Amino acid sequence: MTRRTTLARRVKGAMMRLVPGMLTCGQLEDFLYAYVEGELPRAARMRFDLHIALCRECHDYLARYRETVALSRRAFDDADAPVPGSVPDDLVEAIVRAARTEE
Amino acid sequence: MDEKDLIDGLRRGDEDAFRTLVTTHLPRLRAVALRIVRDAHLAEDCVQEAFVRALRSLDRFRGESLLGTWLHRIVVNACLDELRRRPLTAGDADLAGPAFDGTGCRVEPPGPPMRSPEELVGTERERRQVHAAIDRLPEDYRTVLVLRDIEELSTREAAESLGISEGAVKVRLHRARGALKVLLEPLLGRSTP
Repeated sequence: MTRRTTLARRVKGAMMRLVPGMLTCGQLEDFLYAYVEGELPRAARMRFDLHIALCRECHDYLARYRETVALSRRAFDDADAPVPGSVPDDLVEAIVRAARTEE
Repeated sequence: MDEKDLIDGLRRGDEDAFRTLVTTHLPRLRAVALRIVRDAHLAEDCVQEAFVRALRSLDRFRGESLLGTWLHRIVVNACLDELRRRPLTAGDADLAGPAFDGTGCRVEPPGPPMRSPEELVGTERERRQVHAAIDRLPEDYRTVLVLRDIEELSTREAAESLGISEGAVKVRLHRARGALKVLLEPLLGRSTP
């Protein structure tokens, strides 16, 4: 990390800590789940949005977090599609037998 | 046979009705079980156990949800009971979590532009990579992620099924997503051919 980048990060860190109403990156992390799930009250959401608008790192982290959730959903989203002929008779019979034993 | 006739038949002990129930819901429930226990034979055992439990608790089915939803919940719980009987697997994912430097700022490398959910292509290769990454999570992270983000249980339902508080579900799910994000970094923001 160059000296210039380090200085810029120090200034940003100080601004997030000292300017009233701003969230630090650490505080934003604490609210991130609630924000993504739409559980954050309006005032806290506005503070979150302000931080995201000013912080490239948190903006990118949030985008990647959302993409992660979307990717895991997408990876399974047609797993429920019925597959023709995919009901194995022997399993059906085993279940019916198990249920009969239960009675 | 509509759902009401099916339930009436099941309550009368009609074996044909039970067979219809099994053949109708088996493929979906087996897929659900496989996602949770990750072993085809174990998944079939869990589905069998779930159908037996369903038959046993038919009196408690009030018809407030669809039969499929009710069975889904029973198979999830049968799978979780099965997982509880086994030692927790640690997974090999790096669980370092988000990083912050000495200035209090987050450390997150720049990368390619992110994709919106609509832009995700979902190729077979990508799906396999995501499955493999989820499998690398520790068991307790993987389970909560599968229940909430894939099986779409509510926080409350997941908390009840796992026997933990709703707060604990939220914390665990957030950490699981963070760990999965690290594992999926090579895929994020890219269009796979």
